[in-house]
Amino acid sequence: MPESEALHASHVLEYPYSRSVGPVIGAFLTGLRDGKLLGVRGTGGSVIVPPTEYDPATGEDTGELVEVGPGGVVESWAWVPNPLPKHPLARPFAWALIRLDGADTAMLHVVDAGGPDQVATGDRVTVRFRPAGERIGAMADIEAFVPEGGAS
Amino acid sequence: MSGQTTAEELGPVTTLATPIRLDFEFTPGVAQSRFLRGLEKGKFVGQRCPTCGKVYVPSRGSCPTDGVPTTEDVDLGNVGTVTTYCVVNVPFAGQSIEIPYICAQVLLDGADISFMGLIQEIPTDEIRMGLRVEAVWVEPEELTPSLASVRYFRPNGEPDADYETYKDYL
Repeated sequence: MPESEALHASHVLEYPYSRSVGPVIGAFLTGLRDGKLLGVRGTGGSVIVPPTEYDPATGEDTGELVEVGPGGVVESWAWVPNPLPKHPLARPFAWALIRLDGADTAMLHVVDAGGPDQVATGDRVTVRFRPAGERIGAMADIEAFVPEGGAS
Repeated sequence: MSGQTTAEELGPVTTLATPIRLDFEFTPGVAQSRFLRGLEKGKFVGQRCPTCGKVYVPSRGSCPTDGVPTTEDVDLGNVGTVTTYCVVNVPFAGQSIEIPYICAQVLLDGADISFMGLIQEIPTDEIRMGLRVEAVWVEPEELTPSLASVRYFRPNGEPDADYETYKDYL
């Protein structure tokens, strides 16, 4: 290599942030670790998932936690044909807004559906959790949603 | 579930790890690559400005005062002078050296700019401006084109440098 040639190297910069989650998101994440999906009751009895401390429409405090799912409906979706290293699945998948049974809002997560011709708005999907021993209280405790009664 | 930790034992989730990771492909450029290749050979290589004659280490490839390319490589010695220093007593995430330790600006003999180095083999209450130090390198087979090739600087036993010799480099 000639002396004049410039060197080259990969360099990783990582900030190991840790957030405190508060009582409501904390309860939701604890629920995920326990294999349960939790929402919270907002103004007028609507159920917000993931739960928030305040109703986003009225700003009022939210109330009791309620269990939702495990099934739900795909409200909209986008196919990811070439997943990136940071994506939750290494194979092609759909990002989807999923309204869980018993919820009035939709939650963003992954649908593991095999191909873009196997996911559609209005489809029924159901949650697939990671095994109990691998769950840590994070969104990734949900491995993916899968078509209800489907082959995936 | 026997043998597994129960949810009661774990307690509620209160924190969430949210690391932010940035993957860079870095090139130091031609001038700094020379400096780094010098480190791989166990020596400090600077460059001299053809106009003002100042020697920069590591060189950025041009003189910031005169705005001209620095083309002449200068092999610098292993010995320099502590111009300023800081004793680090505060622990922080990712710290790789036991506290307290000394971080200092070292002005290598023949150079016109200091750079930061770790000072070891001296009690932290004996560090001082003007201390003469020498670089301690890693074993020859461990040399890489990186500042990690310099383990640290240590006192070389010479009398302290006269303030006049480094007062323009503070």
